[in-house]
Amino acid sequence: MTQPVSPPRSSTDKIPSTAQPPAWRGVLARADVRTLSLLGVLAALIVVGGITKPDEFLDTRNLQLVLTQGSVIGVVTVGMTFVIMSGGIDLSVGAIVALASVWATTVATQEYGFAGILFTAVLVGVGCGLVNGLLIAYGGMVPFIATLAMLASARGLALQITDGATQVVTIDSVLDLGERDAYILGIPPLVLVFAVVTIIGWLILNRTTFGRRTVAVGGNAEAARLAGIDVRRQRLYLYLLSGLCCGIAAFLLIILSGSGQNTNGNLYELDAIAAAIIGGTLLSGGRGTIVGSVLGVLIFTTITNIFALNNLQSDVQQIAKGAIIVAAVLVQRRTASTT
Amino acid sequence: MAPEPPLLSMSGITKSFPGVRALDGVDLDVQAGEVHCLLGQNGAGKSTLIKVLAGAHQPDDGTISWRGAPVTLRSPIAAMRLGIATIYQELDLVEHLSVAENVHLGHEPTAAGFVVRGKAAKASTAALLKRLGHPEVDPGRLVGELSAAQQQIVSMARALSHEVRLIVMDEPSAALDPEEVDNLFRIVGDLTADGVAVVYISHRLEEIRRIGDRVTVLKDGRAVAGGLPAKSTPTREVVALMTGRNVEYVFPERPATPAAPADAAGAPVLEVQGLAREGEFAPVDLTVRPGEIVGLAGLVGSGRSEILETIYGARKPTTGQVLVDGRVLRPGSVRAAVRAGLGLAPEERKAQALLMLESVTRNVSVSSMSRFARGGWIDRGAELAAARAATRELSLRPDNPSVPVRTLSGGNQQKAVLARWLLRGCRVLLLDEPTRGVDVGARAELYAVIRRLADEGLAVLLVSSEVPEVLGLADRVLVLREGQVVHTAPARELDEHRVLDLVMEGAPVASGRSVAGSSAAGSSADRSPADGGRGPAS
Repeated sequence: MTQPVSPPRSSTDKIPSTAQPPAWRGVLARADVRTLSLLGVLAALIVVGGITKPDEFLDTRNLQLVLTQGSVIGVVTVGMTFVIMSGGIDLSVGAIVALASVWATTVATQEYGFAGILFTAVLVGVGCGLVNGLLIAYGGMVPFIATLAMLASARGLALQITDGATQVVTIDSVLDLGERDAYILGIPPLVLVFAVVTIIGWLILNRTTFGRRTVAVGGNAEAARLAGIDVRRQRLYLYLLSGLCCGIAAFLLIILSGSGQNTNGNLYELDAIAAAIIGGTLLSGGRGTIVGSVLGVLIFTTITNIFALNNLQSDVQQIAKGAIIVAAVLVQRRTASTT
Repeated sequence: MAPEPPLLSMSGITKSFPGVRALDGVDLDVQAGEVHCLLGQNGAGKSTLIKVLAGAHQPDDGTISWRGAPVTLRSPIAAMRLGIATIYQELDLVEHLSVAENVHLGHEPTAAGFVVRGKAAKASTAALLKRLGHPEVDPGRLVGELSAAQQQIVSMARALSHEVRLIVMDEPSAALDPEEVDNLFRIVGDLTADGVAVVYISHRLEEIRRIGDRVTVLKDGRAVAGGLPAKSTPTREVVALMTGRNVEYVFPERPATPAAPADAAGAPVLEVQGLAREGEFAPVDLTVRPGEIVGLAGLVGSGRSEILETIYGARKPTTGQVLVDGRVLRPGSVRAAVRAGLGLAPEERKAQALLMLESVTRNVSVSSMSRFARGGWIDRGAELAAARAATRELSLRPDNPSVPVRTLSGGNQQKAVLARWLLRGCRVLLLDEPTRGVDVGARAELYAVIRRLADEGLAVLLVSSEVPEVLGLADRVLVLREGQVVHTAPARELDEHRVLDLVMEGAPVASGRSVAGSSAAGSSADRSPADGGRGPAS
């Protein structure tokens, strides 16, 4: 960390450049208002859950269920966050999850066992992302349109493959991971995958050239181009990344449900976009955090859980979600204008 | 002159945006029935001033009086109610609506308060179009189907559909043919005869001579001259006001031996051979050696920025090539240019260069990220150290590269862009209006930085609309007029008057200038007779 160029200044004057505060204080200092307020909302929800249904909600099994349910959409949201940060949008995530989950559970694929299912799910996801990326980056299509087209055709293809039937998974090693008491390193497998994807996503966004380029393209595409960044290639990679996340999510869904269905991933696009927006990702690009998006996902799944425990129907849940989106954006506006 | 108060009187108007003071105490008086011309280079503050007048910007300071009474223009609607209409350069028409719908947008004639009376709207639109000399435009047609000139007429009809006392026209002739310009001027004459005041923005001096009554010249956010007589003020004086310095600047010393008369000091690092872009600039040849600053001087529309951006690969040339160290660059590829060692500090810093939400460090490192990365993994310590070294070398303030770039002043934002290329180790720096939006006081320092970079061996190609800046900073100067290099000489053999003459010279036959119609025709009409219709394309 020593810095050779600087002339001898009065040793440690005002610039706290190389001073290294304890890691925890650093994290707290850098956690901005937005992240803290999201944590506050989540804490408030947990309190509400604990008060209304103290026994059921705070039960370990239930909390585990919340996290497990959040994992599938969570992985999709990480990919979505990258795309939105670059100024794009991916409406096809739900449809890609559906297509990947049915393609990976056909009788033919299941002959190849665990690896066949995983490999197919990921490959289908990446393939769809490749098509999206090529159309947008090199075909000059608007992301909204290109991914809308992918939404329609991937769903159609999924229906064609299954003919509307549920494809049951018969591979034990896959089914075992979905058991209620399946643990890897003491963590439910789905939650573990979600955690790993989140950490990798955070690292890519904050510590790699890929992340920097994503932010640059989203913040000011023209400036990025004139700075020598290959904007089109970056856009291609971003949709590939989103497709990859969808493939992983499809595999998680197969584990969770023990099957593949063409109705899987319904409206995931809306949930993922909403979670990213709540988490502070700017829809116009250039700003956003993985932590915020993941907190957005957790807030949504916790609400769903609390409402279900209190026997409130999904219509009420939807209304509450809508209100939260509006509230989150209004609060962010206010904090953005004061900083 | 007139005993009654002026129609409009703006005084001490000040408006700042983050990093730059766009208007600094501007005064403007407009009398009823006059054509008041507003002159100034890009970025002088003209558009900010008319936006204040249109109610689109709120001034930080200053007062506006309307017919002698102070007013506040809180919104465009408030300005419109007073009778102030603005025709912006980028026409604000809705392409998918009809002419009549556009003209009456926001104040449709209605029955019972909400039912639009389409026929009445069409009839009144037709009457307006007739008054404007374009009865052939069908009020029922979609605006998107009309020519640029016709759209302008629609925009004007919209302005006149209100009760107007003052019309602001922002470069209305830019998209027009000569006959259409004549029609425009006839309309302006009719309006003023009715007592309507016109604020006319243009940088074509012939037009201002023809229809203007008085001229106010803006420069660097100040009115450097107010209410000059439009017809009798010498052209040179007006242009000198636009392009000259109102403050004396200290330009850094040139090195005693300028970098190489032809053979010495080594081969040019940048060579441009016959580079041209259809409709923008004619074939250009130029070379820049290490340590040399070459300046391109010219007015708005002379093709300055276009040449720079084409060299940089941001625009694709029609013909010609760019060589760095004797190797031809792939045309139209910014990445090839950057890899070869070119760096551009573009004219619109915020829109074209900076990531405004990001820190100085990230703005500086964006073009050299891979140097701090192993396998895509950024070593942030090394990145920060390098950014700090580069920004310190340019004395960027504050001396803390972690602050967001948007909090910096204009001059320091420019230094952040320069630091980007310094860090990249670029060898040819292309500077497009390097002091645009930079506070007057901070410019001398920027000049010193540019000269020092050249002394350290960088080749610099400088574009500026400010003649003294080019003359003071460059070693060699190319004078551009309407897309053509009209003169090349060492800077010390030129003076401001000589350059201004070259920059303003009308058609190659000098007498053509005073014939208003032909010189207003714009670049294409001017050039084609001279070189037999657009230089041969090969």
